Amino acid sequence: MNAQTILIDGLRGAVGVSAVSFALAAIGLNLQFGYTGLMNFGQVGFLLAGAYGTAIAVEHGVPFPLAVLIGILSAVVLGLALGLPTLRLRGDFLAILTISAAEILRLVFRAEQLEGFTGGVRGKAGFADPFFSWNPLPRGRFGIGDLAFDERALWVLIVGWLLVILSTLAVRRLVRSPWGRVLKAIRADEAAPASVGKNVFLYKVQSLLVGGVIGALGGILIAVDAQYTNPDYWLSALTFYAYVALILGGVATTWGPVIGAMLFWFLTQALDTALRQAIEAGYLGGAVDTTDTGPIRFAVVGLALILLMAFRPQGLLGDPDDVVVIDQ
Amino acid sequence: MSDARATVTDPILEVRGLQRHFGGVVAVDIDHLSISRDSMTALIGPNGAGKTTLFNLLTGFDRPNQGSWSFDGVDLHRRTAHAVARTGMVRTFQLTKALARLSVLDNVLLGAGHARGERFFEALAGGWRASERDRIERAEALLEDVRLADKRDDDAATLSGGQRKLLELARALMAEPKLLMLDEPMAGVNPALAEFLVDRLVALRGRGITIVFVEHELDVVMATADHVVCMAEGSVISTGSPAQVLRDPAVAEAYLGIRQTARMKTRGDAADLAAQHSEEPG
Repeated sequence: MNAQTILIDGLRGAVGVSAVSFALAAIGLNLQFGYTGLMNFGQVGFLLAGAYGTAIAVEHGVPFPLAVLIGILSAVVLGLALGLPTLRLRGDFLAILTISAAEILRLVFRAEQLEGFTGGVRGKAGFADPFFSWNPLPRGRFGIGDLAFDERALWVLIVGWLLVILSTLAVRRLVRSPWGRVLKAIRADEAAPASVGKNVFLYKVQSLLVGGVIGALGGILIAVDAQYTNPDYWLSALTFYAYVALILGGVATTWGPVIGAMLFWFLTQALDTALRQAIEAGYLGGAVDTTDTGPIRFAVVGLALILLMAFRPQGLLGDPDDVVVIDQ
Repeated sequence: MSDARATVTDPILEVRGLQRHFGGVVAVDIDHLSISRDSMTALIGPNGAGKTTLFNLLTGFDRPNQGSWSFDGVDLHRRTAHAVARTGMVRTFQLTKALARLSVLDNVLLGAGHARGERFFEALAGGWRASERDRIERAEALLEDVRLADKRDDDAATLSGGQRKLLELARALMAEPKLLMLDEPMAGVNPALAEFLVDRLVALRGRGITIVFVEHELDVVMATADHVVCMAEGSVISTGSPAQVLRDPAVAEAYLGIRQTARMKTRGDAADLAAQHSEEPG
């Protein structure tokens, strides 16, 4: 086994486009769940809305920047459709509606009857040419040693990490403002802010929308990178991987979702390579073959999360006081 | 039974035909109730009398089956809780809402009305810090008032039950209410702190704030209230001065059931208590 290859592959995962996309999804969840207490279990639906909104708009002749805006607006529309009927109700209604809506959205987008509009199971491809035509980087490979990217991948990553940093700073600015104070009050007990005149419903809708839009950026980015999107990529598991990233890094912390997403993809990629090497070297005695590495690495990440919950429930960056059960 | 309309002048709050039932159970059924401006009104009554339900209805946290009420000339029927609070009627809760993971100072700052930076785009644009400084000053003064100044930066979850009551009072005052509705402000507060809290409430009357409070300790009622409203089984059974209400046989009956002997005994107690306090103003 080659430790260096494992490390390089892990690092490639930690800075790669999946990490960027999950970081954005987790930053959105952090605003919704971490600071407002909203249980959005359908974050993947916002990613899908962003990706498809952009792809379909481009296909209808909309210029690329405007198409991205339409992708974002699709997430806003989804947020309103989910939030307006449920955010006046108890928190569990939002949880149930979001998880089912994300799944319904995926099934609708793969439906044969809508193939003319959505592309059905084949999805959409080749909608991001303008984005790559703006790439200012010269041809070549950039990086340190084996950890290198070609100009195309690096262009996506530069834009992606800029979005991550900007979203993180925007969320930090928001949660440290009086607006954010109301969100945290809602998280603790929404009757209190209501009793002093805060329109709790409006704040919850805003939090859901802003978090959904940040998630949509992650969806747009991953679709742009692949120049392709199909419905079966947007599985509910993605929402829960984003939650894993958020919890790993630390809920309601500024950089927790970013660190968590990087760690999540470092672990999965490094494990994947390590498992492959172990199988090829015959260490596992043929009990597993290389097609099993996908499920196994997620099982190991799951185990890591369980251990984290047992020994450091606040995540890497979290405050231990935040997870202590408070005697009211 | 005294007539509410006879004793109340210049009402700040007027309730008409208010009804709330849960299934077949009548929780609140009030023909008429008024609260005088600048008064300190104690709402008493045995457990299950409907006091908290009445609070919830009046402040928009619950919806009545029928009835209407107006506050300072504004019809509040069908307004949501936050809209009611914005008219100047601010409540606290029987089970205090000290907001965990927020500092004591932030708990009070939350009460500020129309605070700059509370709207999404203001928060994103910034430029709210100057006005926040003024709010912090006001919040610190209120914390000083309720002896929580040294807890300013602590998590509100670390406060004792009594301190949480005081914190909630400070938050409600931060909203600059015209009418303060306090649901059992003294419950669970140790006697020394309760005495201090009573002093704070009495001091508030001088600032032009009308107070309605739910209270079980008749001593406290006698010492602080100038009006008493007694509820039983959802209805108002007696209103008037503390001495009048506590002398009302209907009140003793409501508290101790219908047994004649028990009634006679408490009537005596209530009368004694009324006599004790009769020379004190308010």
